[in-house]
Amino acid sequence: MTCREASDFLLEFTSGELDAVVCAEFDGHLERCPNCLQFVVQYRATIAAGRAAFSDPDADAATQLPPDVVRAILASIAKGKDG
Amino acid sequence: MLPMTASDETALVAGIRRGDPEAFETLVRTYGGRLTAVARRILQDEDQAREAVQDAFVSAYRSRQQFQGNSTLATWLHRIVVNAALQRIRSARRRHEEPIEDLLPRFLPDGHHVDHFTAWTEPPDEQLSRQETAELVRAAIDRLPEAYRTVLLLRDIEELSGQETAELLHITPNAVKIRLHRARLALRTLIAPHFEGAPA
Repeated sequence: MTCREASDFLLEFTSGELDAVVCAEFDGHLERCPNCLQFVVQYRATIAAGRAAFSDPDADAATQLPPDVVRAILASIAKGKDG
Repeated sequence: MLPMTASDETALVAGIRRGDPEAFETLVRTYGGRLTAVARRILQDEDQAREAVQDAFVSAYRSRQQFQGNSTLATWLHRIVVNAALQRIRSARRRHEEPIEDLLPRFLPDGHHVDHFTAWTEPPDEQLSRQETAELVRAAIDRLPEAYRTVLLLRDIEELSGQETAELLHITPNAVKIRLHRARLALRTLIAPHFEGAPA
């Protein structure tokens, strides 16, 4: 397996969807290629960083619709009741 | 806001299905805030997000008889607001985008990486307690071409399945997989310079 092929299989590898035979080849490539090993670490860290950048459940829970928006939504619903 | 119990939700669903205005007002007040947060993540614009939430609640009202209770109200509404936000993206003027190919890893003819990857100073998600790091990652996601940014948001952030994402975007599950992988690779390229350079 080349680095290019390893890169192509990265999504399936990190999500545990890789076929057992290909997975063994992938593992073998990582044992021989520290550069790809580092790349896999960074790929996983990137996924985690994306999740962490948006994960603020407190802020989400604290988000409240302003009263005028609530009124506008309820008015839209009332207007479109026949829809 | 207190979490809704199963019996609260059953009563609320019954009211919504009857078209009870009070039940709908409770629905809007209970879920409006968190749905706005979802729409904001996708649209990156407060006014657009509120309009998408408004569209979503009107759409939810119209399709209230289709809510079968197979999922929670929160899950049902989440999908509706994601769809409303995506419709706004589709009708928006396209912004200038850098080609995704420029952000993907480069390979030599023999299949080796062109670049040498050095260890990051600290996993970025561990640095994210710092507000500026979270902003940096969000800004990098915003730089992704829209077709890729949307898939990354729906799969990795909103945690929709590949099938759900494919249905919402009218593409195949395989296309979702390809776009997600490329989006992650491009995001790595964009954030890497900020996390490299650990002193030995």
